[in-house]
Amino acid sequence: MPTDSIVDRRHFLKGGAALLVGFYLPTRGRAENRRVSGPETLEANAWISITRDDRITLLTEIPEMGQGTRTANAMMLADELEADWSTIRVEQAPTIPEVYKHLGTGGSGGTAGSWMPMRTAGAQAREMLLAAAAGEWNVPKDECQAQNGSIIHTPSGRRLRYGELVEAASRLPAVKPDQAPLKNAKTFSFIGKPIPRADTPSKVGGAAVFGIDVRVPGMLFAVIARCPHFGGELTACDGSLAKAVPGVRRVFRIPPIGLTPLTPGVARKLNVAGGMAVVADSTWAAIEGRNALKMTWSKGPGAQESTESLRMAFQQQAAGPPSFVAVDRGDALKVLEGAGKRIEAEYELPFQAHATMETMNATVHVRGDGTIEVWSPTQIPAITQAEIAALAGVAPDRVTVHTRLSGGSFGRRYQWDYAAEAWQVAKEMKVPVQVVWTREDDIQHDFYRQYFRYRLSGALDDRGNIAAWAWRAVSTPIRSVFDSPESLKDPKHVASQEIDSSDLLPYQTLNYRSDYSPVQSVVPRAWWRSVSSSAEAFAIECFIDELAHAAGADPYQFRMQSLRADQAENSQKLRRVLKLAADKSGWGQPLAPGHGRGIACYRFGGTYVAQVAEVSVDKGGTLRVHRVVAAVDCGLAVNPNSVAALIEGGINYALTPVLSGEITIKDGAVEQSNFHDYQVLRMADAPEIEVHIVPGGKEPGDGVGESGVPPTAPAVANAVFAATGKRLRRLPVRPEDLKTI
Amino acid sequence: MARFNLTINGKQFSADVDPAMPLLWALRDVLNLTGTKFGCGMGLCGACTVHLDGEAVRSCQTAVGSVGNKKVTTIEGLSPDRSHPVQRAWIAEQVPQCGYCQPGQIMQAAALLAKNPHPSREQIDQAMTGNICRCATYQRIRRAIQRAAQGEA
Repeated sequence: MPTDSIVDRRHFLKGGAALLVGFYLPTRGRAENRRVSGPETLEANAWISITRDDRITLLTEIPEMGQGTRTANAMMLADELEADWSTIRVEQAPTIPEVYKHLGTGGSGGTAGSWMPMRTAGAQAREMLLAAAAGEWNVPKDECQAQNGSIIHTPSGRRLRYGELVEAASRLPAVKPDQAPLKNAKTFSFIGKPIPRADTPSKVGGAAVFGIDVRVPGMLFAVIARCPHFGGELTACDGSLAKAVPGVRRVFRIPPIGLTPLTPGVARKLNVAGGMAVVADSTWAAIEGRNALKMTWSKGPGAQESTESLRMAFQQQAAGPPSFVAVDRGDALKVLEGAGKRIEAEYELPFQAHATMETMNATVHVRGDGTIEVWSPTQIPAITQAEIAALAGVAPDRVTVHTRLSGGSFGRRYQWDYAAEAWQVAKEMKVPVQVVWTREDDIQHDFYRQYFRYRLSGALDDRGNIAAWAWRAVSTPIRSVFDSPESLKDPKHVASQEIDSSDLLPYQTLNYRSDYSPVQSVVPRAWWRSVSSSAEAFAIECFIDELAHAAGADPYQFRMQSLRADQAENSQKLRRVLKLAADKSGWGQPLAPGHGRGIACYRFGGTYVAQVAEVSVDKGGTLRVHRVVAAVDCGLAVNPNSVAALIEGGINYALTPVLSGEITIKDGAVEQSNFHDYQVLRMADAPEIEVHIVPGGKEPGDGVGESGVPPTAPAVANAVFAATGKRLRRLPVRPEDLKTI
Repeated sequence: MARFNLTINGKQFSADVDPAMPLLWALRDVLNLTGTKFGCGMGLCGACTVHLDGEAVRSCQTAVGSVGNKKVTTIEGLSPDRSHPVQRAWIAEQVPQCGYCQPGQIMQAAALLAKNPHPSREQIDQAMTGNICRCATYQRIRRAIQRAAQGEA
């Protein structure tokens, strides 16, 4: 059984040695070693420990789900520490909120948010080692320098490895952040270089432990039968055949979890469906047991809801009055009414599933003493800890969350519904239980990317400038999925995850209006890689293309000249990535017959991306994307290799909703169930991709992990227009929209 | 339930399971060989790919009772130290992001190269298109297979 219970750890933290600033000791064994035999380990601060044999352990607060932040964090720490990269191991920081205050990741902020804290922690440890070595040699500290895992006394050439300094450094007082100068960028050893990811070897050897790979002595496996209709309920269940399946231990009902007070004064909907839990000796036996259940479900509040009914509601909301006007600058509606050249378009984008390769799962042990241990692939270990505690009615320090690798996330694991379910099952069983979602569970009980429809109107003046731009966004808002009825009375709040309420359209116009209308739906929605930007960029960048065509201008040149004068920095960065993407893609140069190029750009967080897509469409209407060239300005690219990988992945991820991915609804339930009907991008359809990173930048911008997604769909749609003269205004592409025979 | 003797990665294992249990779940839940991944349970994604006598198969569609004397190789047994040319190429090209599908991708690629040491781009796409990667590392997988084929890893 695991010995690192929170009680032991906290006791040790309080009673630890002078240098201990809250470093976590992953096993009791290590803690005992230290107590028995003196300082075997230097715990320089909460992030860095160094052993006598030169092994350096770095902690990261950012869960790893494929974005590589674990490596980027280690690079920042190691750079300031002047560590030998081969001696470094990276571990996930534990759920001790008073020490690790930002445990979790979202909004692609992992690397940018860690930039100063990680470097400072590395510099603090370096200064301790410098002081220790200077003390050992009885020389001034400024005659010493740190280099590749050793301190060197420059005048004499004497050298001590960090491991040899553990004992001396452990006797010194901790170094304060303001006593730890940061390195000049010119002397970075790791930052800015394409360092191989720390966890690649374990991932190619099969040893990497994802959430679903957690094995705890005595554990059982469970699956849950959930109502396929959102909000529907189990009305009858015969479990006798399920109980007879070999290996099945128990079959029992778990209740739905809806609006719950999770933090003082704030109730939030958890959206846990409830249903029948089948617990067994193996996942297979649990699945077989579930197949043998005889259940009847009510269709619930969404019985009449379908993709068709939603589409009608969207059309109505796109035409009717808005619930919220975000920006109304100048008089766009009046200018549009009197405009000689008025361009109009509507764009429609359906629900999308996250479809992470590792389905949702969590392993939970609820012990007799009331402590709860959770092993989870998650973006949000700290929230999971606090909210499981609230749900269970125990203090947060009674709950430990072990963050395990996530097999993809893309926003899905910003929810912890699956951990709540595992807690529901585990508290009945008293032994550790791993709840596994099958692919069908995962496709049918996701928190989907919202359904969107946009209606845009624009006008050009005599010189081809944008005289007016008005647009209506309609969506199934995320806020309504989680928030209390009271907070949903504010239409601005409802719109807050759907549209950018500030005046941030990157293109110049004196008359601008942006408004919003919601459509109610029983389908759960939440954050999906780049969230609303995945749809908003499609509307903006397709429409600017339509305006360019109406103006008789080249779409690239039209963007360059239409970027706003009053947002100089934003426009300058967009121009730079547009130019880089255009140059590298051979914009304007001849293409094979039937091929077309399209361009799009978008800012996501602190990252600016432009893409040029090259496509062809055959007579039957089949679209092929041949090549995508991306240009990226993310400030300082801490690990250019990871930045390129994330942009490549973002482009490919965005192609699924363009080429084939669509979640449709009937009777308030999802119609798709696995990869045969929710068809995701496969290798044969994956285009050639080039990623060009704008060099320079003083510090990393946020947003890289999601920034590759938004420009892809409009770049492809604009390329389709260039190739065929047809506008792609609804996704995914349907051959009948493009066929010419 | 029945007792099955399986040769996995050159070692003998014994499992007392339902003959219909897919090899995937016997590996993962009974024998604790968790390198082989569950992805779809329908043979649609390739995450569970292992070798049976060197042939790439979907272990989610392979009943334990059908394995017989065939030798099973999983990602843990492809090489003792990640030194298989495909694994070396995967590291050199920095293929994995989340890494979850990569055991299946690597097993599929290794089986491809064993049969066809110098596949064309189209042959690579054809052999690998049954393996889904949602981080979408496809371009790097292609490059890694070409690298392994050229003996550059």
